[in-house]
Amino acid sequence: MSVKEINIEELKARALQIRKEILIHLNLAGSGHPGGSLSAVEILVSLYSCKLRHNPQDPQWEGRDILIISKGHITPAIYTVLANYGYFPKDELKTFRKFGSRLQGHVHTNVPGVEFNTGSLGHGLSVANGIALGAKMLKKDQRVYCLLGDGELQEGSVWEAAMTAAHHKLDNICAIVDYNKVQENGPVNEIKNLEPLAQKWKTFGWNVVEAIGHNFRNLIEALNACEKVKDKPSVIIAHTIKGKGVSFMEGESKWHGKAPNDEKLKEALAELEQESSV
Amino acid sequence: MAEMIPTRDGFGKEIVEIGKTNEKVVVLSADLEDATRAEYFRDAFPERFFNLGIAEQDVIGTAAGLTFHGFIPVATSFAVFMTNRAYDMIRMDVCYNNCNVKIVCSHTGVTVGEDGASAQCLEDFAIMRVLPNMKVICPVDSLEAQKATRAIIQEEGPMYLRTSRAPFPLLTKASDPFVIGRANVMRPGKDVTIIACGLMVYEALQAAEILMKENIDAKVVNMHTIKPIDAQMIADSIQETGAIVTAEEHQANGGLGSAVAEVVVTTCPVPMEMIAVQDSFGETGSPQELLEAYHLKSADIVEAVRKVILRKTGNRP
Repeated sequence: MSVKEINIEELKARALQIRKEILIHLNLAGSGHPGGSLSAVEILVSLYSCKLRHNPQDPQWEGRDILIISKGHITPAIYTVLANYGYFPKDELKTFRKFGSRLQGHVHTNVPGVEFNTGSLGHGLSVANGIALGAKMLKKDQRVYCLLGDGELQEGSVWEAAMTAAHHKLDNICAIVDYNKVQENGPVNEIKNLEPLAQKWKTFGWNVVEAIGHNFRNLIEALNACEKVKDKPSVIIAHTIKGKGVSFMEGESKWHGKAPNDEKLKEALAELEQESSV
Repeated sequence: MAEMIPTRDGFGKEIVEIGKTNEKVVVLSADLEDATRAEYFRDAFPERFFNLGIAEQDVIGTAAGLTFHGFIPVATSFAVFMTNRAYDMIRMDVCYNNCNVKIVCSHTGVTVGEDGASAQCLEDFAIMRVLPNMKVICPVDSLEAQKATRAIIQEEGPMYLRTSRAPFPLLTKASDPFVIGRANVMRPGKDVTIIACGLMVYEALQAAEILMKENIDAKVVNMHTIKPIDAQMIADSIQETGAIVTAEEHQANGGLGSAVAEVVVTTCPVPMEMIAVQDSFGETGSPQELLEAYHLKSADIVEAVRKVILRKTGNRP
């Protein structure tokens, strides 16, 4: 889908709705990860609305593209997005993180639309490579996307996978780094700096595109550009804001893995409402 | 003396045979295919073989990804590197996702020899069998390794197959059955059961010969599947012989002996001894020197049998 064909207002409305539902269901669950969920909303909406060939009525459809969620803790975002795109009834989101629910704390294939169980960091890219390699062997027209966190890039296994994708010329892979600059215990650049990040991926043989991760036009242009690159894998470094949309959560590591209480939820929803009416 | 062949050779030979008719089989290596014998497959089917470099974590993750399109990936390396280095990937990507990945590792036990402790895997049974969905197999000889290779490809789900660098005596025939989870009786007996796997089955048979001279009639079981353990065989052996000795080229903690003991204590406790490495690393030496130094010889099994027989008859030493 070209950027011209896209109704940006519609995507923004969807993102706003998803943000609200993320917060509501985190509050109901009483635990979970808001920061990295809110930073990834536009990335996920871009993929599900404009990029992925997918069928919510038939999640295992042979012709689908694959999205591997390497940052497996952002279930509030993933499950809310999948429910919003019709993979399962929204009502089920109330069971998130409850005993007996399909909606496990970290992404699980019990949930229609989830392709792989993750939760331990540094796993997704190797798995995505395996899928992409398999697609190449079968000469199958399939794109494989892998959503990575930034702190996760401190795991050495990510770079093992980065070498493999480049060596085997896996141009059907597109990694997306949700570069929100904050990890569990503080700013990424203070804990273990990733910079120069674009240079690192380039040196590993990847096509690198940087994008503003909350700008739909920007994200979709980046995704389209990556699709055209041959003989090398692509990575989109999406510059995002941890906790995006809720001022008291933005850039705050303490909101990495803590659910809002009733009062904080009210405050957050009021802010999002206000923003939407501007 | 029986013919001596490393069990890795059995794997290497059979996976090529399987590859001829099953195009879904893909073999991955962490740059040790010469040692694991995955090189036979590399040479036969280069388009279905990937050496991903010295990166075991990446090998396991990639293998899990390959299952998406119905491929049956066989991930190979030394056991120490694969089961230890890539443990989190085996736990998460293979077992938690219940992917149809086969992990085949050579260089196990003290019989790795001169390379020393860093290459001698003595904990693979323990750390693999504790993982849900994983099955754990250790063939007795190269012929059984061939059958085991075929079985792990045929049966769906995560599998760990342990092979050896050292040549093992050929103890089975082509016509002998091999079913995952069903142990084979190598020798009947009524006084004690020696339950062993891998090379230690040979040592157990040697021990049984020695014990005959003392009028002790030992049953010898080849417990080639450590998980799921053949609980019925253990229960039957308790009934028939009333005493058990286990023998393995592995740590005593968490290995075959532990797996057997878990069944024994919940079925009908009888006197039991375990021949295994006693909570230590290996070292450099020839396989025979190390088997002796770590008390993994037939003489050690004989000693353990004498102890359980004494306990069984109420004559505590």
